[in-house]
Amino acid sequence: MTMMSGAQMLVRTLEDLGVEHLFGYPGGAVLDIYDALLSSSKIKHVLARHEQGAAHMADGYARSTGKVGCCLVTSGPGATNTVTAIATAYMDSIPMVVITGQVGTPLIGSDAFQEVDTVGITRPIVKHSYLCQSALDIPKFLRQAFYLASTGRPGPVVIDVPKDCVNPQRLFEYPEPQEVKMKTYNPTLSGHRGQVKRAAKLLAEAKRPVLMLGGGAVLGNAKDKVREVAELFNLPVVSTLMGLGAFSGTDPNFLGMLGMHGTYEANEVMDKADVIFAIGVRFDDRVTNDVSKFCPAATIIHVDIDPASISKTVVADVPIVGDADTVLGQFLEIVKDGSLRNDVRAIDTWWQQINKWRERNCLHYHKGELIEPQEIVEAIYKATNGKAIVATDVGQHQMFTALYYPFEEPHRLLTSGGLGTMGYGFPAACGAKVGNPDEQVVLITGDGSFQMNIQELSTCLEFGIKVKIFILDNHTLGMVRQWQRMFYQGRISSTNLNYNPDFVAVAKAYGHNGEVVEKREDLEAAIDRALNYDGLYIVDILCDTDAKVLPMQQARGSMSDMFLGEE
Amino acid sequence: MRHIVSILLENQTGALSRVVGLFSQRGYNIETITAAPTEDPSITRITITLFGDGRTIEKITKQLHKLINVIKVSILNEDNTDGAVEREILFVKLQAVNQDVREEIKFICDIFGAEIVDITPVLVTVQFVNTSQEVDRFQKAIAEHSEVIETVRSGVCGIARGDHSLHV
Repeated sequence: MTMMSGAQMLVRTLEDLGVEHLFGYPGGAVLDIYDALLSSSKIKHVLARHEQGAAHMADGYARSTGKVGCCLVTSGPGATNTVTAIATAYMDSIPMVVITGQVGTPLIGSDAFQEVDTVGITRPIVKHSYLCQSALDIPKFLRQAFYLASTGRPGPVVIDVPKDCVNPQRLFEYPEPQEVKMKTYNPTLSGHRGQVKRAAKLLAEAKRPVLMLGGGAVLGNAKDKVREVAELFNLPVVSTLMGLGAFSGTDPNFLGMLGMHGTYEANEVMDKADVIFAIGVRFDDRVTNDVSKFCPAATIIHVDIDPASISKTVVADVPIVGDADTVLGQFLEIVKDGSLRNDVRAIDTWWQQINKWRERNCLHYHKGELIEPQEIVEAIYKATNGKAIVATDVGQHQMFTALYYPFEEPHRLLTSGGLGTMGYGFPAACGAKVGNPDEQVVLITGDGSFQMNIQELSTCLEFGIKVKIFILDNHTLGMVRQWQRMFYQGRISSTNLNYNPDFVAVAKAYGHNGEVVEKREDLEAAIDRALNYDGLYIVDILCDTDAKVLPMQQARGSMSDMFLGEE
Repeated sequence: MRHIVSILLENQTGALSRVVGLFSQRGYNIETITAAPTEDPSITRITITLFGDGRTIEKITKQLHKLINVIKVSILNEDNTDGAVEREILFVKLQAVNQDVREEIKFICDIFGAEIVDITPVLVTVQFVNTSQEVDRFQKAIAEHSEVIETVRSGVCGIARGDHSLHV
């Protein structure tokens, strides 16, 4: 019989759950937990410099490793600082457990010092949340939290732990780990067999099919089966931002990202398709453009583990609730059993059309005097052989990364797709590096975004987190500026960033290194220096302020209504 | 169309606020809501009435199912069911100083099957239990004969007709 305090049980439960890295920031309400943490040899605590950073680190760790990311913060402001990061993880279905301190139960509701209704504030942005009432709730809720976060449609779970529940004076018998069972939670993994059959038949009869991948294909680890389905039916493959890497970006069948800044061929293929086989997508507005004009000719097969995602915006003709990998497995079994194949001649005609769209070469861009952001991403791609884990922030550089850095593997692109959180990239890259110390982790960011969580440079020095930071420095909030130029008659309102710090000096002030690149001919060497440097390195690359992300869909249009760049 | 949604919910801290929060978060309006424990005190039953088309109701049902504390969700007046028995309770306090008014109130109560549950020299308190529609009619009728001082309605409580039942 092991007697432990609530704080000790918390640490022990995390150990038993296999947690090796905990990102966090201490404070009054979690003093006892931090004290218990000192005695743990299994959990390495990474002290962030802001709670938002800690929670984004847990997110980046989760996205890049596939494990549950975990962070620990104090009550009140500690908890509220994680809100943006929790919402980020929620929108992208990232498995994360956030442990927040809380004032003691007798003080709850009294507006005590550093008290905030954490469960209330986070309610709309969590998969589930818990408020512990006693020390013995801690192991129980933590186990459930990890189970909930990582199964079904993943998502963040918050556990609010009042201070009296972790009181070191009060000891309890530690409940040994056992299998988590929840009577009200039982995600569907296998698809309805009849529906999967219908899907197989539809796809075999399709003249203009397309395979559309989303974040669910990445999170569901469906890569191998996705490739098999694409090969068997010679399907063109398109992907949402979150789905990038679920199918190799360098495969000839891959047409790129679709949606607002999708490629010409990806959006055309969607618009003209007669059958869309959608795996783990949620048809959000950045993908569909005007829903009423979305893919008028298509029969839509929609596979998703979350029934609420199906027919939420776009009505599915063949809804299939299930795990991406499992359903594709069922699909392959059915087509192999019945030797279902599609009409090769129809597909050939379809591919001829697709190749014509491809000839438009929509990602071509003009190189002016200044370095173009596109060429920076291309150079980073070349220097890393396309193998790096790449985190981005939000804005133009994010779209350029999605378009010009083809990912061959899933879990390599860390980006805030749903919430669009500036300031996400740097801490996410830190979390990824902690979880993948032997991988090259690069951050492609902008001069706006990077300043939103720049304080984590200190964390990187303390813990030897050697991420490589490439700032696409155009001295503006590029994406907003693009909209102002295109849709607001060029009225530039509050998007100029003329008072940026000297980023290299900042790097050095924090004990790191870096350099500025102003000329095209210096770019490759600087990137190589960064990648080979034994430590964090910032390359501040001055680039074209007026570069635009193109193609770009026209608002309230169909998938194929796009502004295109010059030929 | 008006729908009656019945929800079985784990009776835990914050569970009810998750259900209510879902409606505001997704932009759906609740017409009435009632909640109380069932024969099993660890389970709460909520009845919600709301207006919406079939697709909206389907979306709400799916979102409700996603809440971890929700055990079961049932739309009581769905096409394939036998419909539902629904009741609402109304209490109304009426100005009744004058004898004529008192008699008129008594007369209307008898017609509708309402009960007078409290009386003072100046006020009469009436209780009426029926469908929301009947409650509306009663409220209208009684208001024509006496000044309404206070009204409270419970919101709808409903249960499916026939052999269909909602339990764990």
